[in-house]
Amino acid sequence: MTMLDRIKKDRFLFQILVKRDFNRKYKRTILGILWSLLSPLLQLTVMALVFTQFFGRNKEHYIVYLFAGNLVFSYFKDSTSGGMSSLMENAQIFTKVNVKKYLFILSKNFSALVTFLLNLCVFFLFVLGDKNLHFSPRYLLLIYPVICLLIFNIGVSFILSSLFVVFKDIKYLYDVFTQLLNYFSAVFYYVDSYPERIQQIFYVNPIYVYIRYFRIIVIEGYIPGLPTHLLCAGFAIVSILVGSLIYHKNNKNFLYYL
Amino acid sequence: MKIELKDIRLIYKTGNLKNVGLKDYIIDSLRHQNNRSEFLAIDGVSFSVSDGDFLGIIGGNGAGKSTLLKVITGIMQPTAGSVHVEGNVAALLELGSGFDGEMTVRENIFLRGAILGYDNAFLTSKYDDIIEFSGLEDFQNTPFRQLSSGMKSRLAFSIASMVNPEILILDEVLSVGDDAFRKKSEQKMLSIINSGVTTILVSHSLDQIRRLCNKVLWIHKGKQILFGETATICDMYQEFSSGNMTLEECQNYYNNSKKFVTKKEMNNLYQKTLGRNPRDAERRQWFLDPETTTDKIRETILASEEYEKLNDKKMALIQEHKQAPLTEEMVCFLYYALLNRPPESSDIVKQMKKNDSFEKLKNAIWNSQEFKKLVMKKLHLK
Repeated sequence: MTMLDRIKKDRFLFQILVKRDFNRKYKRTILGILWSLLSPLLQLTVMALVFTQFFGRNKEHYIVYLFAGNLVFSYFKDSTSGGMSSLMENAQIFTKVNVKKYLFILSKNFSALVTFLLNLCVFFLFVLGDKNLHFSPRYLLLIYPVICLLIFNIGVSFILSSLFVVFKDIKYLYDVFTQLLNYFSAVFYYVDSYPERIQQIFYVNPIYVYIRYFRIIVIEGYIPGLPTHLLCAGFAIVSILVGSLIYHKNNKNFLYYL
Repeated sequence: MKIELKDIRLIYKTGNLKNVGLKDYIIDSLRHQNNRSEFLAIDGVSFSVSDGDFLGIIGGNGAGKSTLLKVITGIMQPTAGSVHVEGNVAALLELGSGFDGEMTVRENIFLRGAILGYDNAFLTSKYDDIIEFSGLEDFQNTPFRQLSSGMKSRLAFSIASMVNPEILILDEVLSVGDDAFRKKSEQKMLSIINSGVTTILVSHSLDQIRRLCNKVLWIHKGKQILFGETATICDMYQEFSSGNMTLEECQNYYNNSKKFVTKKEMNNLYQKTLGRNPRDAERRQWFLDPETTTDKIRETILASEEYEKLNDKKMALIQEHKQAPLTEEMVCFLYYALLNRPPESSDIVKQMKKNDSFEKLKNAIWNSQEFKKLVMKKLHLK
């Protein structure tokens, strides 16, 4: 049976898990799900207040530029750090009942996807608010990087959750790592002040590529070239392959570490 | 075959695994230290059970019983050997575990049901039954962690038993909840068993195993000692646990005996003839010899000096009491001495009314068919 067939069979369980993960995240807050929309907006406000003076002074659409970066990056962060701890959080269940462990990782990723899609709607409101940006059928292409990003995130979650089961301090290291990655992803600054060669190096960072795709479509207003598309897919495929390999090799031993 | 295990081996990893960071790992590997170790938790277990079988697993603490259940349920993969399980398994390992503490009772029922492979429609139709059986009607929206431990196990049992599993696995869970629920759950268990479900039970209560199981697996320190007939394996296990017999002796008797004599039969024989249970040494002697049969034991007892003496003593007592008035006590005495049984209460009344003498009653019994039969039996055996 392939993984997809199995997912089909466990569809109901998967539904329950996604719903649970999504609800739990905002359960303790008074605003509930609204918070998932408000929190990135607040973050955006602060960043806009602080950085517009430094980076966005002579730039058009700086708010949308910033939002696109934040949107993609926080989806990546939510998805992977949630995925990382998903196995530990559900250890109580899968050490006592026979259930496919990867379902917990996938459910975390899909609940993060739901949050992301809600934020995407808010993002479109901002685009709508910007007089010089116009919706076009081109925007439909955004589905492509979103799917690539979903697969990429799942792959990373597989790797991280496998590591986290064995090494309990990975969580802190990963926090530091995402912070650094954030700085290297050109979330709030422009790369065109760097020489051409340095600008090329940014494409090593998958998150930068996905953010770039968003900005090209929405702000720069053209369809990215084939290399960008290949890069998007390439990162996703490598990530999911490495992730499933690591997970598959180690998942039988998780029980001993929990 | 519903469940078939072939030559299962499982190497269990232990050591300091639970709180290791990347830092500790790197330092340890630089120092060439390794605080991980392994041990053989299960070593060569093979058995098979089919539809409607009720298998009991016995063994001391740390024998590998729970680990074996985890292998059967698929939570753990064996290092070597093959597991074949047919049908959907509902397992209750460790009371009230495998739930999500934050979710409500209602959500947990659906979660557990979904894990067992059922869909929304089926669970919705079963939901009321489950809640009613568990008696948690007033707690449907309470987070699971707020339930008392009794409630947790009641819920677990209710779900596992109401979803019509084909294989039910129970780890020390039949003593669930309060008396009323225990009664209810035992009844439910029996009806499940009678419906042809294959059940596996781990229990430290040998009485329960003897009462419910038709097959028993005995494991000791991961090794399979015996698998098969319930009464005799339980007897052997008891002899071993009390230090009366060694593992080899138990295995030898079970594997070579042509017809098992159970402890119960032995006790009966001894009680009837000598008025006492066999001593440990005597039981050991019988169990050591695979040739032992009930007839052989009876012959040995009847030929024994102890039995002779007991008979002589009885006769002497009868002589001694010859002149005694016939009280109720004396009637009982005579019945016991001659017929090895108490008189029926109507007999006593009859005798007292007749106001017979001791001698007359003795003769009456002596001439009765029952006594003659008894004597014939004894003579015949001798």
